[in-house]
Amino acid sequence: MADKILAKDKLGEFLGQLKKDRQVFGPQAVEGKAQWAPLQAEKDLLWEFSNTHLSPKDFFFPQTECMMRFVNQASDEQGMIMQAEPELKQARALVNIRPCDAKAMQVLDLIFVQDQMTDDFYWRDKRDKTLLVGLACNDPCPTCFCTSMNCGPHSSTGLDALLVDLGDKLLLRTLTDKAQALAEGLPEAAKADLAQAAGLKKAAEESITSRVGMDQVNAREVMDLYEAGLWDRVQESCLNCGTCTYCCPTCHCFDIQDEVQGTIGRRVRNWDNCMSWLFTVHGTGHNPRGTKKDRVRQRFMHKFKYIPMKRGGEIGCVGCGRCVQLCPVNIDVRRVVNDMNA
Amino acid sequence: MRNTYIPYPVRIKKAELATEDKQLKTFLLEFLNPEDAQAFDYMPGQFAELSVSGYGEIPIGIASSPTEGDDLLFTVNKVGHVSTRMHNMREGDVMGVRGPLGNSYPLKAMEGKNIVIVAGGFAVTTLRSTMVWLLHPDHRDKYGDITFVYGARTPGLLLYGDEWRQWQQRKDVNCAITIDRAVEGWDGMVGFVPAVCEQLAPKPDNAVALICGPPVMIRFTQPVFDKLGWQPEQIIMSLENRMKCGIGICGRCNVGPEYVCKDGPVFTKAQLDKLPKEY
Repeated sequence: MADKILAKDKLGEFLGQLKKDRQVFGPQAVEGKAQWAPLQAEKDLLWEFSNTHLSPKDFFFPQTECMMRFVNQASDEQGMIMQAEPELKQARALVNIRPCDAKAMQVLDLIFVQDQMTDDFYWRDKRDKTLLVGLACNDPCPTCFCTSMNCGPHSSTGLDALLVDLGDKLLLRTLTDKAQALAEGLPEAAKADLAQAAGLKKAAEESITSRVGMDQVNAREVMDLYEAGLWDRVQESCLNCGTCTYCCPTCHCFDIQDEVQGTIGRRVRNWDNCMSWLFTVHGTGHNPRGTKKDRVRQRFMHKFKYIPMKRGGEIGCVGCGRCVQLCPVNIDVRRVVNDMNA
Repeated sequence: MRNTYIPYPVRIKKAELATEDKQLKTFLLEFLNPEDAQAFDYMPGQFAELSVSGYGEIPIGIASSPTEGDDLLFTVNKVGHVSTRMHNMREGDVMGVRGPLGNSYPLKAMEGKNIVIVAGGFAVTTLRSTMVWLLHPDHRDKYGDITFVYGARTPGLLLYGDEWRQWQQRKDVNCAITIDRAVEGWDGMVGFVPAVCEQLAPKPDNAVALICGPPVMIRFTQPVFDKLGWQPEQIIMSLENRMKCGIGICGRCNVGPEYVCKDGPVFTKAQLDKLPKEY
């Protein structure tokens, strides 16, 4: 909505303004990895990094999250009655989130908030109260394939504002009303600045050489893909370890468990993963996805067939490449999808 | 905005063992707050998450019909953590109910048609709800012939005897209750559900069949209906899968792109024919 210039020596003020009424988080070098952490000092914020080790989905969908509490006493008038966890008290800002991760949060919005019944209170509360200031990728990784997944290195989807690193200064592009205040008092971007940003965008997009096709995945029937021979090959190496699901910014499966200690108890949800045998087993012992093949197939079908069918063509993948980097047996999602697309 | 994860508090008004093997117990639940009863607006075929603090939640089909008032009826099979706890709970105890969840039987679209209901074992729950709804004076005239076939292994495993004995007396219901093998003291029908369906030979013309039962019953009932000329669009089934959230997010109950908890549990056979058999 507005293109402004933020000089790098004014960054302190910019972050200071964000911190006034929000808790600010940013990627920082923690234990040798780029990781999300509360931002104490301006110098800690990373600018040169491919992406954070884990996705920021944890900010909206924590690995473990208390949903409600109860008193575990039948004698108590309110005993056994659930009380919801309070809303987030302080607003937050995530600075230097990568465009792919912001896109992933927008895809998850479509799943967590669908209608009156499917309106995830905990997800929505955190999303509403968090400002996303993105940092465009000028130097994508060899494992990146965002340009094939409705996204791109300078994509602004899901962001409130996008920063583009122009060397000695930043281009600040505000995208939502939430971010308008950030641009106040900043000089307008000159034509040359916009041209430089456009050049960086083009160069970044061109540097992503991985291509993943979706046309046949979209065209083929569910059962045609489901019964394809490729799953026999994929399942041979898959360990069902679930690493891909935990590092994935769009994987969102969860379990709900009750925890009790003495007279107090709480209901929590935890990240779960479709690679686990327990994930789908019935009380009777029957398991509709009882084999490793069933489970690894479910993960890819869910992301690349089921979600696009149900969510107007949105894909359950943004091409961040984390699973490609972290899979212990080198299963490459790009190859799997290209095989599905054959 | 309402937090749809928070269960409505309910009190167990009645808890009764329902079968001779003591595996099934039927619970009548009463809402603590009248406004919650108002908000819980359901139709036959829907289910709810029964929530026991400290134990967890289980998705169970609603066996009562909205025409019976505000109290909710559930029959629970004792198989796991939560259901075992429920079997040990007493009348007067407080627990939670979250729902109503899922779609329902297409009762509106079924108007003007003959209806065949086929139930096996304890899959009869939401079909009891449907029968009570259909036979209500406000609704009965909107439907044609009603055939109700229900089978269990033994007489002691048949649920809802008070209801089906009444239905047997009615002239506007063709009610066939059967057990697997003859036993002393049973003067009703004997034989498996598929065989009874074959005898009754329900005509597919202007008709809908609701079929729920164990996989073995479905497997042998299906060819009977196929032979009689029934089309996959006319056969309606209800699925169950493991669930947690119950609102189409948590990712485990899906059959292909369809979430059993949200897009189902009711599907036509025509729909299921195009999906993986992950149920």
